[in-house]
Formats: sequence, structure tokens, C-alpha cells
Amino acid sequence: MAKKLMKGAEAIGEAAIRAGCRHYFGYPITPQSEIAEYLSRRMPEVGGVFLQAESEVAASNMLFGAAATGTRVMTSSSSPGISLMAEAFSYMVGAEVPAVVVNAMRGGPGLGGILPSQSDYFQATKANGHGDVHFIVLAPASLQESVEHVMMAFPLAEKYRNPVMIVADGLVVQMMESVDFDIVETTDPPDVEDWAATGTKGRRERNLVKSLFLDPLGLEEHNRKLRRKYDEMEENEVRYEEVLIEDDTKLVAVAYGTTSRVVRSVVEELRGEGYPVGLFRPITLYPFAYDRLREISKRDSVKGFMSIEMSTGQMIYDVRLAVQDLKPVGFFGRQGGIIPTPDDVRKAMLQELEKLGG
Amino acid sequence: MVTIFTRPDSMFDTPTHYCPGCTHGVAHRLVAEVIDELGIKDKTVGVAPVGCAVLIYNYMNTDFVEGSHGRAPASATGIKRSRPDLVVYTYQGDGDLASIGAAEIVHAANRGEKITVVFINNAIYGMTGGQMAPTTLPGQKTTTSPKGRDVNHIGYPIRMAELLATLKTPGYIVRSSLHDPYHIAMAKKAIKQAFIYQLEGKAFSMVELLSTCPTNWGMTPYQATQWLKENMLQYYPLGVFKTPEDE
Repeated sequence: MAKKLMKGAEAIGEAAIRAGCRHYFGYPITPQSEIAEYLSRRMPEVGGVFLQAESEVAASNMLFGAAATGTRVMTSSSSPGISLMAEAFSYMVGAEVPAVVVNAMRGGPGLGGILPSQSDYFQATKANGHGDVHFIVLAPASLQESVEHVMMAFPLAEKYRNPVMIVADGLVVQMMESVDFDIVETTDPPDVEDWAATGTKGRRERNLVKSLFLDPLGLEEHNRKLRRKYDEMEENEVRYEEVLIEDDTKLVAVAYGTTSRVVRSVVEELRGEGYPVGLFRPITLYPFAYDRLREISKRDSVKGFMSIEMSTGQMIYDVRLAVQDLKPVGFFGRQGGIIPTPDDVRKAMLQELEKLGG
Repeated sequence: MVTIFTRPDSMFDTPTHYCPGCTHGVAHRLVAEVIDELGIKDKTVGVAPVGCAVLIYNYMNTDFVEGSHGRAPASATGIKRSRPDLVVYTYQGDGDLASIGAAEIVHAANRGEKITVVFINNAIYGMTGGQMAPTTLPGQKTTTSPKGRDVNHIGYPIRMAELLATLKTPGYIVRSSLHDPYHIAMAKKAIKQAFIYQLEGKAFSMVELLSTCPTNWGMTPYQATQWLKENMLQYYPLGVFKTPEDE
């Protein structure tokens, strides 16, 4: 199929269908209700199920129920709704079920606002629920990448039997770009008979999908098993992109999602003018590219880093963890749903460059 | 030798963790007998609650999903909507269903989910140690209503069967009791009918079972059944509140 011009929310919904997802449970919330609207039309066309729940709490527990049968299933929401889903997310990690969640981040805290934001970074990467919980977190910067992330999220979730989250800020979901669905390979769902609640059919012992382990040693063992999965994710699933990080690069900006697009244009412009700057773009926020950033930080040419975010500074903690005290890490951010302009970013980066001695 | 009474095939041969005189064991057995009689063991998925009966899956030999607190009807919805060929039931207590899960049960019933809900109403919180439930009777003493439930402070107990029966969406809503053999037999009939409606794809079904909690009521098992009979039956009348055939 040729490239198609689509709105973000619709492209995300269509990508789920192309990936073989036939079940969606959700609850409307700005700025991503169009995902639900699109799937309410599209799911019946492909024999799938669209169900509007009474709340995000219910939607996420429907997600859990469907996932417990090994069904490819997705939900989507935005920041306040994701907070409500955190309970089910924790149960799903504990019970080891695969599912895909899209968070179109908007400004917080509380009801906050409805414009694009990146202020759920902590929640997505460190606190998707109580307990020792991690999701693989993908952060697309374009619609094409959103499509690719949604489509690869299902097999990734199935590989680890763990939910995968796509954090697309409100801008990615609302804008229009051209997308090509055909460049992503689709996969068949794996056999789930060894764990899923599908009815024994007289063929096997019954399956139990649960997260309760009353025996402390049993729970510790379960947590260690989950930790081994996180270790595997950290070993195998780190994704990032480097833009103009060259032998002479002095200042490395670190940005993801929508912000990275602004930073990329500024970095390219500054490079054109001879400034030694580059961009490091994490694609997976969890697992985070600690090792690669640390390697870069060891270069003599690199004098400093700068985390640029639509928050008051969340990813910067991971950048600092990677860089440790080897090099300074500056910050520039906008909040409240304001996307930093190229001018904002240019000024901030030039100031930072000056601090590092030009 | 002819066997005339045995453990249902859908139950494991294992002792339960329930207190002496607790009616969970009776309710489990009724569900298991119905599953056996309908021959649906191999396609049944139960959803466990949070509360004493979270461990129901240790006793019932079918696939099970352990829901989060009060959300069993939502998770059952996810299971049934993705696998309509399965027989899906939730087993929930009064805190789980009528308090924290009030929204989920109302909306599952209102959507007409083709699931079956077994609702254990013993007018108290069991697992957490005898606190007040939304179904605790007026004046009933619990660890969080030490002077008795004060309806001016906390309102009256919720009658879930009556509440759900007001919904326009077709459903099968029954209240039975487990305080004596006759009523236990009636309860089984209701549970069986509830599963049959699901198998026929007809309607949402809920069977509320008035139950005892001798430990947290501070009574002997016999006193508890008497207390149920003398107090709960007045506030919670038994009967069929709604059938799918109703207008």
C-alpha cells in the first residue's frame, strides 16, 4: 500500500488492527478520544470488539480480562486516565499478561490541561503501578513511528508477557502525517495454552492467571522472575537514535517524542552554522539507553549534555544516571502544554554551549 | 457399592481455609455442582474477587483469573467479549461487589454482559477482620461501627438485587439464602438457571446469596444461621427480582 495521509489517532487505531488486534476497551478523554471513535467504526468492520467502558478503571480491567485469555488487546488514554488504570496495570504485570496501552500525554498534575506534555515520564518509566513494575515504553516522534511502535508493541508484549506502553504526546495523536503500514511485518499471536484462561477443553490442567502470592518466599521468587524479564528487556530492547553526534560534538541534547523533532531541527540548523551540537533521542524510555549515553559521555570532545523536555525535568534524572558525574547535564523545558519553539531551544542550547566554553 | 454423594468433579479434593460455619464452602459447592451438571467445566473461566474468597481457585478446578478489587465484572467482560464461547462467572463478596466495585457491577449488568455473578452477602467484611460492609444491617455492630451501624451517619444497607432489577436491560436477578437445606436447594436452582441464561446467550445474571460469617459476627455457626434468618431475611427479601422474560 502507498503512503496514506492520516490523523495520528486514526493511524494508531489502524496500526492496532493491522497488527492483528481485534479488541479495544477504552474511555473517552481528550486529547485521544479519536482513537476510540476510529475503532468504534473500524472494529466491527473487521469482526472485532470495541467497547466503551464506564471508566478507565473498568476499561483497564476489561483489558486485563481479555489479556488473560491471550487475546491481542489494546486500550488508550491520556494522563489522568492512565493514573486510574495504574491499578490494573500492576495486576497485569503481576499476572504476566500481554497488552498494549497508548498514553497521549497531556499536561498535569491533576486535571492539568489538554495540550501536549511529557510530564508522565516518571509514571511511565518507573511507576506504572504499585510493586516492582515495569512496562516497555516506546516514545514515537512521528506518525510513521507511532504506527511502527503500535505494530511492534503486540509481539513485544507477547514475548515478555508484560504490557507495553506507547507514550505519544497529544501532538502526535492530533497531527496529520503520511504513514505506510506495510513496512512493518505482522506476526501471528503465539500459542497461549500453557498459561491463559481459555477453558481447559479437557486437554490440560487448569490455568490460573493471578498476582497473589501469600507466601513471602513465593512472592520473592515471583518478583525475581519478573526482574529477570526486566533484565532481558534491558539487555535486548533498548532503542535510540543519534543525530549529528560526531567526533567534535561538544553538547549533546537529549530529547524524545515531539520535543525531539524541534530539537532535531535546531541541531541541524546549528550544525549548519558550525556549532558542535548533536541530538540523542531515546526511542525506548524504558529500558533507557544508559550504556550508550555513558559511552558518549566518556568522549573527550563531549563537554556536556542537556535534557530538553515538556516537563519540569523528569528524563534528566535518567540522563544523569547515565552520565553520572562525568559531564554536566543542563535542562530546558516548557510546561503546561506549551511545545518549545525552535527559537526557545536554540537560545537555550547556545547558552548551554557558552557555559561549556563555547 | 453405589455412590450417591461425592465431591463435585469441578472441585479439588482439598480442605478449604474458611472458618467453621462459613457458608462460602456451601456456595462453592453449589457452583461446582451446577458446573458439573451442565457439563461446562472445560469451558468455564471464573473470576476471583478480593476478600476471603480470593482463594476460590484453590478449590475450583477450572481456569481462573484473579481480578482486582471490585473489578471482577469488568475483567469478566473482557474475558467474555474476547472469548464468547467461554462460560464466565464472577464470585464476589459484599465489599467487593457493593462497595468498591459498585460501578463495575452496575455497568456490567446494564450492558447486559452475558456473564454470571455469584454475590455473597454476609453483611460484613470477612478477610480484613469484621469491618462494616455496605450491606451491614442498621444497628449491626462491626469493628468499624462499634456502636452499631448508624444510618444517619452512613446511610442504609444497599439492596443490590433490587437496585440492579431497576435496570431496563434484561437480566436474571435473584436473591437466595444459605441458612438451611431448603433454601440451599433453592439457591442451587437459581445458580443453575443463571448459568443456563448465560449458555443461552440471553442475559446478565446475578444470584445474591445471604450468607453467614460466624467468626466476624461473633457467633457459633448455629447462632449465625439463626441470626441470618431472624435479621437478614427481613431486610433482604428472597425472590426473583427480574428475569429476561420480563417486559
